Amino acid sequence: MKSAVVVFPGINRERDMARALRLASGREPAMVWHADTALPAGTDLVVIPGGFSYGDYLRCGAIAARAPIMDAVRGFAAKGGLVLAICNGFQIACEAGLLPGVLMRNAQLRFICRDVYLRVERSDTPFTRGYNAGQVIRVPVAHGEGNYIADGETIARLESEGRVLFRYSSPDGMIDPNWNHNGAMNGIAGIINERGNVLGMMPHPENHVEASMGRTDGRGLFAGLLDHFKVAA
Amino acid sequence: MKARVTVTLKPGILDPQGKAIEGALRSLGVGGVTSVRQGKVFEIEIEGADRAGAEAALKSAAEKLLANTVIENYRIELGGQ
Repeated sequence: MKSAVVVFPGINRERDMARALRLASGREPAMVWHADTALPAGTDLVVIPGGFSYGDYLRCGAIAARAPIMDAVRGFAAKGGLVLAICNGFQIACEAGLLPGVLMRNAQLRFICRDVYLRVERSDTPFTRGYNAGQVIRVPVAHGEGNYIADGETIARLESEGRVLFRYSSPDGMIDPNWNHNGAMNGIAGIINERGNVLGMMPHPENHVEASMGRTDGRGLFAGLLDHFKVAA
Repeated sequence: MKARVTVTLKPGILDPQGKAIEGALRSLGVGGVTSVRQGKVFEIEIEGADRAGAEAALKSAAEKLLANTVIENYRIELGGQ
């Protein structure tokens, strides 16, 4: 699996992501600068990592979404290439039109930095094949704007097409407002695009891939991606 | 030419920041405030005297970057020279 991590000024999770990708695949990901206009040849997976691109000026992800490299990322996605957009990456993907909806300020107006529980809704996607449907994983979040909203029609489509892959839940998988820490509609933590090749999610699976971090719940995502490309090869 | 682009949240979009400001105004004893919605104002200087051209450029700026039209409306005002 050849992966490329897109780096914007103000991004700060790119090294965590590179480490998780290296541990999973045994290959060093390419770090691609925002001002570049092309992805490395043969890229299998593009990752837009978390952080505070351009200091969250204007709207989170708004300026990064218009950076030169994003035309290449859009072209890659349009050809069916897999794109993993985490945290600020999710905000960037929404602003870039790769995913529908918007990440608004958390309902309680607080920056939230802690572990949350996610229910994995499907296991039949390249991103979630390392998990079982209904499985609950525990991964960290760190965001002030993770409150997913979209118009009613978009939410209805996301739900009816099974495009919600991760939902904030209780430790035993119950969807409950008390466990929806940022107020996201329907507890949405992660969605895919219509074609199923772009995943945006607020939590950070890349931070729970090593026993030394206390948990390894995030490994399934990377192991699943690796499997996907092995089977495809 | 001076111009101003005002970006506001669409009706019905929750605005927790506006709500917090509303609460703060109430606690300051500012009377009669029933609702606050927070928005953004961009003061822009644009070259040339062609108002139609300036308006088209500002519309493009608002659509492409200044507003996220999923959740926000914008209004363009053109001033004098």
